[in-house]
Formats: sequence, C-alpha cells, structure tokens
Amino acid sequence: MDVSFIIGQFLSGLTMATLLFLVASGLTLIFGVGNVFNFAHGSFYMIGAYLAYQAVTIWHTNFWAAIFAAAAGAGVMGMLAESLFLRRIYGRAEEGGFQILLTYSFILVIDDLVKMIWGTEYKSLLRPRGFSGSVEIAGLTLPTYNLAIIGIGLIIVVLAWLILSRTRPGRIARASALDREMLGSMGVNVPLTMTLVFGVATALGGFAGALAAPLRSVTPGAGIEVIIDSLIVVVIGGMGNFWGAWLGALILGEVNAFAVAVIPEWASVVSYVVMVLVLIFRPEGLFAPRGVRKV
Amino acid sequence: MEDTKAYKTAAFWIVFILVFALAPLRMTSNYQIILANQILIWGLFAVAFNMLFGVTGMLSFGQALYFGLGAYAVGLSFKYLGASWFLPAIGMGLVGAVVISILVGLLIIRVSGVFFTVLTLAFGQLVWQITFRWYNFTGGDDGIQGIIPPGILGDRIAYYYFTLCLVLLSIWFLRRLVHSPMGLTLRCLRQNPDRLRFLGRSVRYNQLGIYMISSCFAALAGSLMAGVNNSIHTDMLYWTTSGEVILMSVLGGIGQFFGPFIGAAVIIIIQEVVGAKTEFWPLIIGLTMMVMVLLLPKGLVGEARLLGNRLKSFAGGNRG
Repeated sequence: MDVSFIIGQFLSGLTMATLLFLVASGLTLIFGVGNVFNFAHGSFYMIGAYLAYQAVTIWHTNFWAAIFAAAAGAGVMGMLAESLFLRRIYGRAEEGGFQILLTYSFILVIDDLVKMIWGTEYKSLLRPRGFSGSVEIAGLTLPTYNLAIIGIGLIIVVLAWLILSRTRPGRIARASALDREMLGSMGVNVPLTMTLVFGVATALGGFAGALAAPLRSVTPGAGIEVIIDSLIVVVIGGMGNFWGAWLGALILGEVNAFAVAVIPEWASVVSYVVMVLVLIFRPEGLFAPRGVRKV
Repeated sequence: MEDTKAYKTAAFWIVFILVFALAPLRMTSNYQIILANQILIWGLFAVAFNMLFGVTGMLSFGQALYFGLGAYAVGLSFKYLGASWFLPAIGMGLVGAVVISILVGLLIIRVSGVFFTVLTLAFGQLVWQITFRWYNFTGGDDGIQGIIPPGILGDRIAYYYFTLCLVLLSIWFLRRLVHSPMGLTLRCLRQNPDRLRFLGRSVRYNQLGIYMISSCFAALAGSLMAGVNNSIHTDMLYWTTSGEVILMSVLGGIGQFFGPFIGAAVIIIIQEVVGAKTEFWPLIIGLTMMVMVLLLPKGLVGEARLLGNRLKSFAGGNRG
C-alpha cells in the first residue's frame, strides 16, 4: 500500500461520504424538524438520478442546469407526497409505525412508476464537459468530477448550517422541532413549514442522486440501497443530528472505500459491522441527539 | 354475555379447523394443496409478526431474517446432511432463532420506536448480504432446490396435514399467550411503558421475550415453507419479505388476533388471481398499503367488526 493508493481511496471515500451526507442530512432534517421518519427518502434520490438522466442524456441540456432542475423536481415530488398523503396521518395514535408503513408504500409505488417510465435497464450519464478527466497534483492523479462533488458537498454543508443557525427560516424550522403549537400561535403557518422542510430535504436527496448518476449506473431499486446506507449513517451519527449525519457519512464512506480495496467481496457487509460496533458501545449514536440545537 | 363469547370462539375454531382439515378433499390438484399450505404458513408468520407489532407495538422490519433462518436450517441440512435430517433441522432452526433473536434483541431493544424498526431492517439486510455473498456454503442467489421431505412427508397431502397440525398448535399457543398475564403486560407495554415500569415489571425483559417468541414462530413458518416450495432462495431473507408480512397484518387488521391470518389468505389469493409474477406486483402492494394506512387503519377484520357493532347498536337503538 503506497501513499498514492491510500490518497486515492481516501478521495473516493470522501466522494461517497459527500453523497451519503446529502441524503442522510435530508433524512435527519425531516426527522429532527418534523418528527417524521421518511423511509422513502432513497426513492427521492432515485427520482433525482432519473430526472438528471432524462435531461442530460435524452434532452441534451446543460449538465449543471439539469442537476439543479432534477433536485427541484425531487423536491416538488416530496412536497406533493407530504401535503397529499403524509399530512393525513399526523397526530394519529402510534403515528411512528404508520409513517413507516406509508412511506414504505411510497417506495414500492415510486419504484414501479420509474420502471414504467424509464424501463428496467441500467441507464448511464456522461460526466459534464471539463470534468471527465483527472488532474495531477503533486504527482497524484485525481479525477476532477470527484473533486467537484466534494467541493459542492462542502459548500452545501456550510450553506445548510448557516441557513439553519443564522436565518429566520432556519429559526422557524428549529422552533417547529421544539414546539409546533407555540410556533403556530405566534402566527407561523406550521403545515406550510413542514411541507417546505420536506421539500428542501427531498431536494437534497434528489440532488445527491443526480450528482451520483455519472459515477454509478442509474437503476430502479437504487432507492432501497441508498436508504439502508443512509439509515446506517444516521444510526452511527445519531438521528436528527446535523453534524452526526456528517460524521456518520464520513466514517461509512471511508470504511467502505478501503474495504472495497482490501476485501472487495465482503465490502458490503463492513458497513453493518461498523453499525453493530457503534450500537454495542453507543446505542444512541456517536452524537447523542441533543434535541434541536444541532438540527 | 361471557357465554356467547365463549360459544362464538369455539364456533370460530371449529369452522377454522374444519375448513382447513377438509380442504384437501375438495382440491383436485397438487397446486391447490400448495396454495392452501402457503396460506397456513404465511398466516402463522403474520400472526407471529403481529405479536410484536399489533400486540406489543414494536414494528419489526426484519422478521424475514428468522423466516429465512428457518428455511436455510432445513435447506442447508438437506444439502449437507441429507433428507432424513428434515425434522431435526426444523428444531435446529428454532434453536438458531432463539440464539440469534436473543443476541440481536439485546442490541436493538436498547432503542425504541422508529429506531427499533430501522435496526431490525439493518440486521435483516446484514444476514441477507452474508447469505447472498457466501456462495460456496449457501448457494447464494441460486438458493437450494429439490428439498423433498423424507418418508411419508414427501406426500403433498401428508405434508399438508403435518403443517396444519403445527400451525394450529402454534396459533393456539400464541392465542393463549395473548390472553395470559404476559399478554396483558405486552399490551400495557404498547400503551404505556412507563406504567409498566411503575408496576415493577421490566420493559426490556418483556420486549426481549416477545421478540424471541415471535422470531421462533417466524423460523418455524420458514422451515415449513421450505418443504412446501421444495426450494429456498435468498429472497426469503430479503427486506421485501418482511414488508409483505407487514402488509398482510395491516390488511387483515393489527388489532385483531386473527386479522393477520385473514390478511395473509387475502394476499395469497390475490397473488394467484393477478398472477404471482405480474410485473407490477409491488405497485399493487404499495397502493393497497397506502389505502389501508390512510383510509382503513384497523384492517379488513377490524373495520368489519366496527361496522357490525354499528349496525347492532343501530338496530338496538331502534328497538329501544
């Protein structure tokens, strides 16, 4: 194992971590703010990937415009799912179980709709112009598209943190995690807030799917793989915790990248091993959920 | 009042047993026997699952782990030890389910609610991954074919009655459990865990206990299924199997003991009518689940009872 190999794996781990974080942060945002567990979050990732495929490969639009349009499309779908369906079961007895069942039905329905529209074959996306090759830095060849993803991910982490902690919409979101009734009596439209939070979170998921599309092939059923990975991330990091999701994604991404290189056959089991270890020693996650302060 | 209730229960059991015991007489093909057999086994699986979800309020998305464990206990012993090990293999599956459910249970009952569900799913997928990858031992995606139960059990009808006996015994046991003091404790656990602690009972001990019992019967269902289908496949461990047993329970009604059994029968019959391998089966399952959760959360049996009670009180009101 030489240095360039380690740096190469580290970078690919970082790419995976960025994508995982984008999905898991949306999942954790919905849970932290709305106390809703969106089992179908991975399906919005898949919608993002397919919308990007449709725009780039079939309509030949500009890659970056397509990515943002795909994220917006996934967000709109998310808002529809929340306002048409999920909203109806808020406050029901044993809401948690029914949330899971309802969002589980979303997974099945979205999966089949995707199959009807785009078929079951693998779809692929070309990397955008100017990001198809690699650059050489200090004797190391680094793929430019991976660097771009990592850069974009960093920008989004910082932006999301700034919005949540420094702006009025962020404060409203954090307040609705604390006490929805009080927020409503202060004149804030709480149902609308919930829908918007859902929209932002699913847009983040769709954005991750669109960004990942050139790296992984786009297939129906991608939703469930992604949701299980991001579930492991939030279990590691602590549910409803922004920085926990970031740390969890980082650990899982890096562990996976090195496992793929060292024990390729069993790489997919390693994520679970990490999860089990965390569960044994810190069942509440590495960052124990400290309520809303760190949403 | 108590008398009519006992009378009704007895009548229900008699009809239930008669229907399934006499079913083979009316059935002309092996295929129909297999169908009835599958209804029995999925029914047991769903009732066992509902001991966790409907009775105790613990939604597990990973019961496929134990269903598959039972199936693989039978399949692997068939492959490596021979057909005569069929019955001991069922026992081995049950022991395996006890051991694994205690180990996994100790880890996952430390969290509750949604987290519990997430962890059951993760552990289920972990075991699926291992089985899928360990091609040399488990046969991976190919599964194991040609599992014929030994001796007289190789006969379809004999196997059917063998299954019927075990399923009836299991369901009788689970029903007794629901109405036992432990059953009361479990229902209390769903409604108010704090009160249970207050009464000096251990929440975790009861959660672990019911998780183990439910998992055992899931394993029994899985090992019986191996003999019906004559084959096992990694899909039995996949998360969609857990999803299907959840749908059966929700469809039938999680608040009723027999609801999940009825739900299982309905789903299997629909599967046959629509064609098991229809391309859009997941869409049908998904839409059914959506309708049940949004409009009929008490399930078919629960809503039917509610309707019956309403009609009764309506008629009674007229008379009075």
